[in-house]
Amino acid sequence: MAERRVVITGLGPVSPIGVGKDQFLASLRSGRVAVDGIRAFDAAEFPCRIAGEIAEFSCKDYVPKSYRKSIKVMARDIELAVVAADCAVRDSGLKTKGVSDGEITVDSTRLGVNIGAGLICPDLNELTFALASASNDGQFSLEAWGREGMNNLTPLWLLKYLPNMLACHVSIIHDAQAPSNTITCAEASSQLAIGEAWRTIKRDCADVCLCGGAESKVNPMGLLRQDLIGRLTRSHNDSPASAVRPFDAKRDGTVIAEGGAVVVLEDLEHAKRREGRIYGEMIGLGAGFGTHDFLNPDRNGDALAVVLEKALADAQVEACDVDLVVAFACGLPEHDRVEAQAIARVLGDVPVTSIKSHYGNNGAGSGALDVAAAALCLSEGFVPGTVNCEQVDPACPVNVVRRTEDRRVNTLLTVNYSLSGGQCTALVFRRWAG
Amino acid sequence: MKRRVVITGMGCITPLGQSIEQAWSRLLAGESAIDTTELFDARTFPTTFSAQVRGYDLRERLGEHYPLHRHAARNSGFALGAALQAWQSSGLGRAADLDRSAAGVYLGSGEGPVDFDPFIATAIGSWDAASGKLDTRKWARIAYRCMDRLRELEQDPNMPAAHVAKLLDLRGPNLNCLTACAASTQAIGEAVEQIRYGDAEVMLSGGTHSMIHPLGVTGFNRLTALSTRNDQIKSSSRPFDRTRDGFVLGEGAGIVVLESEEFARKRGATILAEIAGYGSSADAYRITDIHETGRGGIAAMRAAMADAGVEPDSIDYISAHGTGTVDNDKIETLAVKSVFGERAYRVPISSIKSMMGHLIAAAGAIEVIACVLALRDQVLPPTTNYCEADPECDLDYVPNQPRKATVRTCLSNSFGFGGQNDTLIITNYTP
Repeated sequence: MAERRVVITGLGPVSPIGVGKDQFLASLRSGRVAVDGIRAFDAAEFPCRIAGEIAEFSCKDYVPKSYRKSIKVMARDIELAVVAADCAVRDSGLKTKGVSDGEITVDSTRLGVNIGAGLICPDLNELTFALASASNDGQFSLEAWGREGMNNLTPLWLLKYLPNMLACHVSIIHDAQAPSNTITCAEASSQLAIGEAWRTIKRDCADVCLCGGAESKVNPMGLLRQDLIGRLTRSHNDSPASAVRPFDAKRDGTVIAEGGAVVVLEDLEHAKRREGRIYGEMIGLGAGFGTHDFLNPDRNGDALAVVLEKALADAQVEACDVDLVVAFACGLPEHDRVEAQAIARVLGDVPVTSIKSHYGNNGAGSGALDVAAAALCLSEGFVPGTVNCEQVDPACPVNVVRRTEDRRVNTLLTVNYSLSGGQCTALVFRRWAG
Repeated sequence: MKRRVVITGMGCITPLGQSIEQAWSRLLAGESAIDTTELFDARTFPTTFSAQVRGYDLRERLGEHYPLHRHAARNSGFALGAALQAWQSSGLGRAADLDRSAAGVYLGSGEGPVDFDPFIATAIGSWDAASGKLDTRKWARIAYRCMDRLRELEQDPNMPAAHVAKLLDLRGPNLNCLTACAASTQAIGEAVEQIRYGDAEVMLSGGTHSMIHPLGVTGFNRLTALSTRNDQIKSSSRPFDRTRDGFVLGEGAGIVVLESEEFARKRGATILAEIAGYGSSADAYRITDIHETGRGGIAAMRAAMADAGVEPDSIDYISAHGTGTVDNDKIETLAVKSVFGERAYRVPISSIKSMMGHLIAAAGAIEVIACVLALRDQVLPPTTNYCEADPECDLDYVPNQPRKATVRTCLSNSFGFGGQNDTLIITNYTP
């Protein structure tokens, strides 16, 4: 049997610069930045008070009527994944239980899910309301909590925060009964998930996979955690639009964000039979590990360089054939430098772009948004500019695309790594020429 | 032709023992690791007991390597201990031609426990009862005083895999999946696929988890998933018994070394067993309930057997998910009957959760290890605390006593909250 080929047939980005493919694409083209003062809570006492937030949206607009009561057990991260999956499935033209009352055009037992997730933060108001009921004069009593305080939490409380619930709700809504997995590797989660979904289809365990990732870091814990480990810029509270500066000489940190994307990966023959629109073909992946001390990447980018080489070898593509790298760079001094050096070492002066300047770091959702952007580069024939990269840092020896340009992209790589923890991956995609 | 994948090393840190041989001998002796919870004061909780790992000393385990890992959370600490055992037993440290970028880690690990005291102090200290909301300005001021950057970072579920890779210098693919109680079985299955595909020659896989902390127990108690048999702690975990009333929380880690057959043979490794098949499915039904026909478990078992190229007739032992909740055990029994037909009554099936509790994300890895040991010693671990037959659970659960048996092929099930179902087929290795 000939090797199965896998293509992207649907995009569901849910990001601060747009919910759904059309808004997302328009914002990438126009260079719109959605980093601004935090609205979700009063962040006045935090050193960094800006973030990439998604404008008001209503999850129920993206969930079948029969499932709407479940929204109350969805943390924000879960909502984002559910919305992303809805957008992706509708964009693909596939008919699943989630978007169709009648005709179903994909066999449920051949529809898989693989969604990256972060460490979901409990709703602090909900939890503290219950904790306060077991406190007296500011002193929390475990004894009172066990006896009665915990009963102030809804019985399903835990299920709002299990990371696998992103994939679970998506699988239930779309009746996806093929393998379902949840990769939890911080920022690297969603491209590792897309890579695994690709393999699931290639080895014939599914025909279609809804894959990607989503996370919201826009809550007090998310902001605190990222700031404590030095990830955030503290110097742009009054100039949020220029805060995130991938590869720029003046970059000094990123901002927290929320968002993610689900992409539809589909067996090529399956897509052809139903005459689905093809954005591009996925042709390779590499994965590896390297960290200096858990907080920082290995100093000279060896791990990432090996991953890039593995990805090229897996795709059977020469370095000189790569037209574009959609980098992960999110404006961190050390991480951007290491990424740039690895890219330069393996791929020379290939054009490199990063879209993080639009909104910052949406954790486990980041890599999937990069893949959605990459698919649009291939299908639309354009490269989004790296906003805020005014003067490329000489320590980042790469050819940064600074202004959005229209041109054909034939073969591109996406890069994804966890900021802490050392997991890294790269995926290879090719333009679909029909 | 698929590349064959074998197991060449194992390690575990469990409530029943902190080495493979200790845990196995106590499983065969039918011992219970369940006792009063001591990690926190649970006396007023609906469930006052659990299966804890006691007296574990990471510093002693890691020796000179300890400083780099001194901030490891409880789950990462267990993973490090188990990984070190597995690595040493595999002999890979002496393999001169091991390409480190072809040696990876794929764990199914849970998150690290919440740093409870500072978390609570911050929440309570900033609660504004009048508005029924946190005062996030106050919250920030307190949090910056009392929360620790590394204790926060170490809660991320990717950290155990990172610690293991750093300890053993494994630079290949590094992943963590967290599909609730199915996680480490799924991790092993996907790690097998990575070796089959050629992404790696060696993968350390398995899982680690501890949810024995106030918010973990709260979560499961609110779901009424835990046994509340506070007056019969030792025998509280009763998989398949008519009087079962929920699972018992355990903690720990199990890690196996997976290798391509080719690499293992080339270096002259001792091959303990083969992972011959992996099957995975989703219920796609409800977040709270298992589909009543057991369709997800059925699909996973069938897919795993098809992947291994074996028929139900050749399965000698089933390591059950067998949590001891009313629904799981009933529906798992039903699923086994659907897959095995009349033969279901003749295949021994047992749950070691009866003795060491439910290690959640790490449970499946420990059960795979038990299958490998059953193959080695030709003996099946029992389901203890089995006293009253349930008409809806009428299979041969290897009640209360280990059993000598001819074991060549084992099937191990793990089903996760939310509907992920994963099955592995583990066989004795023949070239």
